[in-house]
This record gives sequence, structure tokens and C-alpha cells, in this order.
Amino acid sequence: MQRHLISAADLTRDDAIRILDTAEEMARVADRPIKKLPTLRGRTIVNLFFEDSTRTRISFEAAEKRLSADVINFSAKGSSVSKGESLKDTAQTLEAMGVDAVVIRHGASGAPYRLANSGWIDAAVVNAGDGTHQHPTQALLDAFTMRRRLVGRDTGLGQDLGGRHITIVGDILHSRVARSNVDLLHTLGAEVTLVAPPTLLPVGIESWPCEISYDLDATLPKSDAVMMLRVQSERMNAAFFPTEREYSRRYGLDGERMARMPEHAIVMHPGPMVRGMEITAEVADSGRCTAIEQVANGVSIRMAVLYLLLGGAVFESKNAPVTLQTRTEEK
Amino acid sequence: MSKILIRGAKVLGGEPQDVLIDGRTIAATARQGEIDWSGSGLSADGAEVVEADGKVLLPGLVDLHTHLREPGREDSETVLTGTRAAASGGYTAVFAMANTFPVADTAGVVEQVYRLGQQHGYCDVQPIGAVTVGLEGRKLAELGAMHESAAGVTVFSDDGKCVDDAVIMRRALEYVKAFGGVVAQHAQEPRLTEGAQMNEGVVSAELGLGGWPAVAEESIIARDVLLAEHVGSRVHICHLSTAGSVEIVRWAKSRGIDVTAEVTPHHLLLTDELVRTYNPVYKVNPPLRTERDVHALREALADGTIDIVATDHAPHPHEDKDCEWAAAAMGMVGLETALSVVQQTMVDTGLLDWAGVADRMSFKPAEIGRAAGHGRPVSAGEPANLMLVDTAYRGSVDPAGFASRSRNTPYEGRELPGRVTHTWLRGKATFVDGKLT
Amino acid sequence: MDTQAPDPRPVLEGPDIARVLTRIAHEIVERAKGADDVVLLGIPTRGVFLAQRIAAKLGAITDRTIPVGSLDITMYRDDLRMQPPRALARTEIPGDGVDGRLVVLVDDVLFSGRTIRAALDALNDIGRPRAVQLAVLVDRGHRELPIRADYVGKNLPTSLRETVKVQLAEEDGRDTVLLGAKRTSPGAQQ
Repeated sequence: MQRHLISAADLTRDDAIRILDTAEEMARVADRPIKKLPTLRGRTIVNLFFEDSTRTRISFEAAEKRLSADVINFSAKGSSVSKGESLKDTAQTLEAMGVDAVVIRHGASGAPYRLANSGWIDAAVVNAGDGTHQHPTQALLDAFTMRRRLVGRDTGLGQDLGGRHITIVGDILHSRVARSNVDLLHTLGAEVTLVAPPTLLPVGIESWPCEISYDLDATLPKSDAVMMLRVQSERMNAAFFPTEREYSRRYGLDGERMARMPEHAIVMHPGPMVRGMEITAEVADSGRCTAIEQVANGVSIRMAVLYLLLGGAVFESKNAPVTLQTRTEEK
Repeated sequence: MSKILIRGAKVLGGEPQDVLIDGRTIAATARQGEIDWSGSGLSADGAEVVEADGKVLLPGLVDLHTHLREPGREDSETVLTGTRAAASGGYTAVFAMANTFPVADTAGVVEQVYRLGQQHGYCDVQPIGAVTVGLEGRKLAELGAMHESAAGVTVFSDDGKCVDDAVIMRRALEYVKAFGGVVAQHAQEPRLTEGAQMNEGVVSAELGLGGWPAVAEESIIARDVLLAEHVGSRVHICHLSTAGSVEIVRWAKSRGIDVTAEVTPHHLLLTDELVRTYNPVYKVNPPLRTERDVHALREALADGTIDIVATDHAPHPHEDKDCEWAAAAMGMVGLETALSVVQQTMVDTGLLDWAGVADRMSFKPAEIGRAAGHGRPVSAGEPANLMLVDTAYRGSVDPAGFASRSRNTPYEGRELPGRVTHTWLRGKATFVDGKLT
Repeated sequence: MDTQAPDPRPVLEGPDIARVLTRIAHEIVERAKGADDVVLLGIPTRGVFLAQRIAAKLGAITDRTIPVGSLDITMYRDDLRMQPPRALARTEIPGDGVDGRLVVLVDDVLFSGRTIRAALDALNDIGRPRAVQLAVLVDRGHRELPIRADYVGKNLPTSLRETVKVQLAEEDGRDTVLLGAKRTSPGAQQ
């Protein structure tokens, strides 16, 4: 029984599809004049951000507000945390104020896991990105975007991504997005290929359920979706690659490369994009790039996750059966 | 001092014997019930009798690698609490690492630590001197002065940090030859381990924690054995943790290089799979490695490639472990569980007998550290530094019962075999029937 | 969901159901004076099929296409915190919306009234109808809120120890309304 969402690897296929299907219904709320549901009325959710991430924080906040939750934003910068207060103390302080769920972003891998499993607090914990470990809601919104584009909005309901070829390109070593996506896409039946210079792939990656390639051009023609990860130019200083120019020449996606992708294939980016580095403006602004859709889908996915967690959802652990009630008057 | 008669103890795991302690020394040993009292004016009159009842009697254990934290971090351990923990674990001598505040890099600091040990009387404390001033790796500390001090330092180490500058390491190796000293190296290439949080491999890749690659240890060991060979010095390798390191030390020994090496109990038992819990109680330097490394280390300890077991007892206050992994301190306490872990991993597996345990945990460490009066045979005329262990005991580890001030053990709740029941330091009982005196 | 005790008894069969739906359609035309601005919204799951059937009958009577949709009320329930999470069903509002129109909510069984309360809330977030009416196949009584149906297929007096189960061909393979005995689990009573 899981009350938390810590890692995409914890989700079964059924869990994941349930979240995607729920998000599909949530997405329809965005089309209504009143983009709000009363579902989490009276629940308090704190967005506990130890790391700056305006995009992710705003996305969670929008999701929480659309579900009528009371939202507390807590940024560690400038708070007592920067004066040495521990994660434990901060979390306990917030819980004492009656928080039902903690959405946590933290620079240390495993911090959300610790928060959920150390007996510090009772609230549900949602990982909004931890160090270079996991970012499960990002993986879910990516899968949601892929299912909509590659399978279909309505025909996708109840479906996984079986047989689709997904290529993820860039700084795999430092990417929680890549880790989460590999886990979730594998669970959903997709074939994942990671493409990066060898310096940006972790030692031990051979145990991951995916293919590894150093050659972007060879991978593109068989890709249904190509996800470009942000590459921070600071990595250059640690000799991960020689220059920005060389990186973008070997691993960047430009119009010419995009033309080698199958016609139906999409280009994805979790943002923020570094135009001219991993992606050219031409690709970023093309109709095949889903970056903006991903942002919109992020709100729907986070609504679904919060609804399923705080509605008392039992995320099936890998071997426990799950029961899901459908509505009838008789119950 | 009074007399103590230990009856029916399996000395070094052998046939049951009686051992008579008179004052500070062992007066006689013989097969059970067969001490010949007639000749030498010996008598058991007035002796306190300890029924060993089949327990194993070993020479008092010697730990070449302990962090006592005093001076500077008395919130985690003091010389008093650390030596009480040592006595509880069957130790009669511990070598106290230099990374205190202030650093033990002068005669003054090492003498203070030495005297505190003598004063408390639970366990001899032999300070280790820093190799470089402030452990900074730039300038040699006054090694000679520390050796000539009352503490008589013979082991030097910057443990916690690697002496990574090849020239400084070479000079230190050469310099201590003048007085028979030894440099104990914490082998960790610093550039390869920037931001390192755990063993680099399959698990670190999944958990997204910075990797501490085996090669960062192995490359330093390879360099240092070659340096030791070149300058004709002896070198000691602290807490060796990888299969590759074992191969290098084996090669060096086969080549006649004067190298000795230690392994910690936790590296004989635990693997990096435990890090999946993100529980910082498993955070240690060097990090927990893989199953393959664990097996290589056990074999190397059995065949003598690795000379000794040393605890790397590293106490930390609760708050330094009750946090997220990256923020947590590295290290585990080990004095009070070391023998049990060695029993489980080496004796119960048939890799080592109790005489072998005495060798790896008492004779050899005393020899490497030149600890006079420790690591001696259990025979008449030797100092009465002894300990009894009930090898049949099975029980789970309860940190609440630790004598150490800190509780950061990775074994909480784990069932381990064996229990130390008695420890004698020069004939004086420091630990009796599971209780400190 | 409760498991039924053995042998639930049919109280309405396929032809009965068809007949009462026809009657409801006629009543709607009569009361709405031609059903010019009627929008039917079924409450998932079975209310949607009933709404579609009534819409078809209305279409036959008036010779016009009657807008029909669905209104999921899961997110508006007042017992979310007491139950395991529920799957969401589809809300599908016909193209011209509900503003200024006569919305007829359609559900299979009217019981406590809480579902209809939730439906009114949900409707409120979607638009502003001219009026809202309620059509149900079965009214089994035991209201917990001041709600009543405008069109009732069958009034079925029941005890709280009984269950009423509607089966429809679209979902269950046959049309019938079953009255059975409740096993236990009073907490699950809606």
C-alpha cells in the first residue's frame, strides 16, 4: 500500500494507466468556464521547495488550486532552512500546522524517500524532483503526452505505450527526468534508447531496462518520440564534453536531423530549453515539438496524482491487487 | 592485585584450559584441572574463579583504527566512552585516529589523548599522529616529536583524508623509517571522489547518488605500494574495501613489498544494496561495496593478504544521521559489534578459526602498531590482556545497550552471533559478565 | 460493492423498462412544452445509457435531435474521504452547452439524494441552465436530502436492508431491475 509517490519505479502498469486515464478527465476541466473542482476542499498541501523550480512549483500549485486544496508555498531560500534547520524539523513544523500532503523538491537524492519512510511525518509525500534521482510526475506527464500524440486522446484510454520507440538524448548522468522516464516507459511497454556521450551516462547503467547508444543519427529514424534533455553548459568545466559547439553538433537536434525522424514522430523537452545547445529554435518552434503541451499536461497529471493520493488512493504495490470503485447508486 | 582463575576456557578455540592470572600477568595455563601447583609456589588460594564453561579465551583485541572524537567532538564520543565501548567489545588497546579538533598533529595533543586513556583505565589508547599539519596534505607534521612524546606515536595517518600528494607521501614514508614508524593511508583519490556519496555502480546509477569508484581507492594503493617499494618503507592500507585493492596488495606482497592492510567488519558483511533505503546509517567512507567485493575481502582476510580487522569505529550524534543522505555524516560505530561480525562472516563460514581471529584482531594489529604488551600469546609470563567470548550466543543488536556515546550502528535489530563476556586489561577486569566495571 | 444475497428478485424486466422510458419521454415533452430547449445529462454509468434511450424516444416524438451528454459527479461527492479512490467517468456536455436551457438529469436509482446534490454542484460549474429537472428509472425512497424526482419510472418501496440493482443491455447485457437482500456492511450504505 503506498500513500506516497516517490519514484516512477514504484508504479505498476495498472497504477500508471489509472493515473493517465484520470488525467485525461482532469484535462477536460481546463476546457470549462470554471476550471475548478471541489474535490480537495479543506485539504492543505504544502509545496516544500528546497530547490528553485518555478515551473514545477507553479504547475503543482495550479493543480492543487483546481482541486480546491489550500496551498502553502514554502521556499527554503531565505527561510530558517538556510540557517541550518533540518529537513526533519521543517517537515514536522509544517505538519504541526495540519498539512495533508507535502510536495517536495530537494537537491539531495532520496530526501523525499526519507521524508516518507523515516516516521517523521504522517502526511502523503509527492516527489517533485530529488537530486539526480527521480521526478515521477514529469515522467507521467511525458507518458501522457506521448499517449495522446501517438495513440490518441480517446483511443488511448486504458492503453499503454507498448511497442513505441522512445529516444532520450542528453545529460542522462545528472537527469532525474531520464531515470523516471526509463522506469515508467519500461513499465508501459515502450522501448527506450538513451543517447549521450559516454561521459554523461552513469556507470552501472547497463542494468537499466533500455538500450544505450552514442549515435543520435542512427537512432532517429526508428524513434516515435525524441526527448531532448537540457544540457547545462557548466558541465563543460568538469570535462564532460569539450565545447558547446561540439556537443550540439553531435547531440543537438536541428531541422535536418528532425527530418530524419518518421513523419508521425514528436520532439519532447521537459524544459527549460537551451536553444542552440540541445535543440535549435527551428525544432523548438515546430509543430512537432510538444514542449508547451507538456506544460499543460503537467497540470492534469498532477491533479490526477493528488486526487488519487489524497482521495485515499492505494497505489498498488507491485504484487498487491487493487480495487477501484466505479460509481453506482448502490454501494 | 588479586588472583583470577579462569576455568575451562577454550584458549584460542582449542581444548578447555585453566588460566591463572596473578596480578598483571598470566601465571600459569594448563589443561582443565591440571595446573601443577606444586612446583613454583603457585597457589589458587584466594583467587576469584571465573567459570568459562567452554567460552573462547583470546588475547585482548587491538584496534588499529578507532575514532574517539576527543578533543573536539565530545558530543559523539570521548576517550572515556570510547574506551568503555572498546572494553565491552573485548579490546584492550585501541589506536585513536588523528582527525580530532584540534588535529592530533603535535606532541601536545597526542600526549593529552594518551594520558586520558591511561587515566580512565578501560583500554590502552595509543594515539595516531597526523601525517600532515591539520590533515591538509601540504606540510609534514612533527612526526619525530610525536614519536618521542610520552605517547610514543608509531602510526601516522591523515585518515578521513588521503595523503594524495605523491611527494608528501613519499617523504612521510621515508621519514618515519628513522624510528620504525608506519604511515597508514586512507586511500581515496580526491578528484575522482568529488561529491561521492556511495559506491559507484548499478545501485548508485539507479539512486542518483554521486559515485565513489573503486578505482579511486585502487589507484592510490597501487601508487603507494610502489612508493613504499621504491623508498624501502613499510606502508599500511586503511579499510581496504574492493576486490581490486585485494589484488594489488596480493601482488605487492608477492613482490616482497612491506605492505599491510586492514578491513572493517562492515565491509565483510554489508553491501551497497542497503543504500536503497537512503538510511544514512549505511553511509560510510569508504562506501559499502558489492557482494563480489565482500567475498574477495573475506577470502583475502582468510589467506592473509589482508592482515587485520580494524573497526573504523566512527561515532556520530543522532542528528548527523537523522537527515537526508547527502547531509549525513559518514561512518559507523563498530567496537561493540566487531567480534560478532567477524564470527559470523569468517568463523561461522569456516574461513577462519579462533586462532586466526586472534591473529587478525590481536597479534597482527599489535605488531603493525608496535603496541607493547598487547597481542601476546596466552601463556605464562605474558601480560594478562585477555577476553572471553561466548560463541554460542545468538541475539539481535540493541544500540540502547551500547557503552559508546553514539548509536550509529548499521546492525540495529540484526541477529549476530557471539557475545563478549569478560575483558581483562593487565589483570584488571574492565568488563565482567557483560557489564563494565 | 456489496455482494448480493442469493436470488435477487426482478421487479422490472426489459419490456417494462422500455415502457416507462417511453412514458418519461412523453411526460418531458408535455411538461417542457415541446422539449425545444431540453438537454439530457446522464449520470455515469447507467444514467448515461438511460439518457441516451430517452433522447432517442424524444427524437422520435419531436422529430428533432435532442442533445444528450453525461455528467460525472465523482469529484463532487461528499464521501470522497470515506471511500477508496474512485475512477473518474466522462463528463460530456453537448456542443451548445447548458446555459439558458432545461437540463434533465437522468440516473438509474434515486436513493439518498446525495448523488443528485453532487450533480447539481457539478452542473453549477458548467453553466447556468434555465431550469434543472430529474428523471430516474427507480425511486426507492430513504431520502437524506430535500430532493425529489420530476419523472419516475417506478416507485419502489424498499427497506434499508435491501439493494436495488439496475442492469442495462449496454453495460450488463440485459435490461432488468433486481431487488435483493443486502448482506452486511452497513458502513457502505450510501
